[in-house]
Amino acid sequence: MRDSAQGNPIFFNEVSKSFDTVQALLPTSLKVGPGEFLTLLGPSGSGKTTLLNIAAGYVSPDRGRVLLGNRDVTHLPPRHRNIGMVFQNYALFPHLNVFDNIAYGLKVRRIPEAEIRTRVRAVLAMVQLEGFEERRIQQLSGGQQQRVALARAMVIRPDLLLMDEPLSALDRQLRKHVQLEIRRIHNEHRRTTIYVTHDQEEALVMSDRIAVMSQGRIEQVGTPTELYREPKNVFVARFLGESNLLPVEIAERSGREISYRVEGESRIWSMQAHDGMPMRNDRALLLVRPEDLTPAPENEPGIEAGVEEAVYLGELTALKLELATGHSVWMRQMGLPPVREGEKMRIRWHPQNVRLLKDTGRAA
Amino acid sequence: MTTAETSREQKIAYPIHRAGRVFATKLASREAIVTCLLLLPAVLFLTGGFVFPLIKLFTLSLESEGGTLSAYREIIGSEVFRAVFVQTLILAVTVTVISVLLAYPAAYLLSRLKDGWLTLAIYCVLVPFWISVLVRTFSWMLLLERNGPVNSTLMWLGVTDQPLKLLFNDLAVHLGMIHVLLPYAVLPIYASLLKLDPRLLQASNGLGASGLQTFLRVTLPLTAAGVAAGATFVFLLSLGFYITPMLLGGFHNLTVAMLIDNFVNERLVWPLAAAASFILLFIILVILAVAARFLSIGQMLVTR
Repeated sequence: MRDSAQGNPIFFNEVSKSFDTVQALLPTSLKVGPGEFLTLLGPSGSGKTTLLNIAAGYVSPDRGRVLLGNRDVTHLPPRHRNIGMVFQNYALFPHLNVFDNIAYGLKVRRIPEAEIRTRVRAVLAMVQLEGFEERRIQQLSGGQQQRVALARAMVIRPDLLLMDEPLSALDRQLRKHVQLEIRRIHNEHRRTTIYVTHDQEEALVMSDRIAVMSQGRIEQVGTPTELYREPKNVFVARFLGESNLLPVEIAERSGREISYRVEGESRIWSMQAHDGMPMRNDRALLLVRPEDLTPAPENEPGIEAGVEEAVYLGELTALKLELATGHSVWMRQMGLPPVREGEKMRIRWHPQNVRLLKDTGRAA
Repeated sequence: MTTAETSREQKIAYPIHRAGRVFATKLASREAIVTCLLLLPAVLFLTGGFVFPLIKLFTLSLESEGGTLSAYREIIGSEVFRAVFVQTLILAVTVTVISVLLAYPAAYLLSRLKDGWLTLAIYCVLVPFWISVLVRTFSWMLLLERNGPVNSTLMWLGVTDQPLKLLFNDLAVHLGMIHVLLPYAVLPIYASLLKLDPRLLQASNGLGASGLQTFLRVTLPLTAAGVAAGATFVFLLSLGFYITPMLLGGFHNLTVAMLIDNFVNERLVWPLAAAASFILLFIILVILAVAARFLSIGQMLVTR
């Protein structure tokens, strides 16, 4: 059933929501393109589920509008939106078998029996559960239930596919497998998808774009690479991947060039300026990813560090290093020469691979 | 290798395992003893107060002058007595159907209410439950009598010129019994509605189902066990109902319970009373057996 319809874009225009006295979602705008896989990533209480429920229609925003395609669906009940939703615990109907669960959305749309049967068979093939029609839900494993839930959401050919932490109940091994499976199905059918998770790795593996959320707002939207390489703030830097954040002083800023000094060190480093860079008298942090820290060659500048901990991870070596200021940083490299704990070494980073961020003092 | 050697080797090889098993067996037997001790008072009480009298009643039913089974033959053979049984069954069925139909919306409303309103509503259901059936039946007599408030209201509204005969008929019996038995239907249905996962309703809505479709396809099937439980309670209780039909019914509103009373208190034929009791008990057991099948299916549906 490779139909060419790709689902619709969805546009949130300044939507906000409070529950009692808690502002769950600050005024937020976001556009998800047709056929795009967008992940709302954030810790619990960041507003991601509220935004998803506003897209589904289970929650009505206090203010703002939601456009699905060119329809204003802000106050449309879920049943008129043609959405497919995969719930966190699947919410499969316990009194119906696999076939009837999947066929549910088609039956209530009064689609002819014969067509229902072909469409259900097609989605069962899609999620690789052929022959499971008569099984009871209780007889299925968690992973199989997850796939039935996905099939039930997909069979109605939704304009928008919504998934609320659909993998959180699965064990790690299975989760990896299902991530790739969902990715494959999305690539094949290109339904506009909004996916909610608090697992950064999941977000990086699956998404076209990620919206990182915290405290009821979107901190940054971008492709996985953008968010990893060019985080706009400390929160995003900390939330995606591992990060070393070193307090620095901005020494000088002239045109496209900026120079800074790591606290407690005398050497001045310089780099190309980038967006959202701190001002001269801001408190600033230098973001260096563990894989961007390297041992400094003999006659090149570097920072003195002592090896606090050395962990061998097969092809990778992870080193915990202590700087003169007492700050600890992690280095992760392939093919490092063996080092012992307590040894001294000089480290450096490539000026193109680091970012300067404003130190807002906000906890991650 | 001899058998003795083998067993010795096993003892050496699995000492911890063996110790664990012995310990487990000890625990299990201790648990069994505690269970038996806890059950003992109830078992003794039931034997003395229920099983023994039941056996006594059964032998009594066989002690008719006309032979061992003559009491049963007399009841089953008599058109009048058969009619009373049928009438009792029909009454029980009607009361059950109406009670469940009234109870479901009430239970549904209860499951939607919160905090103060919920407490208030629960008390509205429970308070009548705590008042004696006799008192409630007398209240109905006061309400429905010739010059009672119902008749005076109807006359004041101009619905009728002269007082209607509201008492000592089918209407009064049904009203009284449904009123008394309604909580037995409301509470199990309410419990099953509470167990219903609200996300299933959300899922149904998201899949395009209207409120009615969701109710018929999800809510109702998943609360069927509660409905069956409530219906069974009401049905069984109304089969043996005595006070309400006796006080509110007319001469023709005869139930099996009243028949048994008549045998014992008026005609003084104990074997007939005993036999009638056993026939009623038999009917109830058959219905329970059928209901149990439905109930277990219902429970299978809700447990995940």
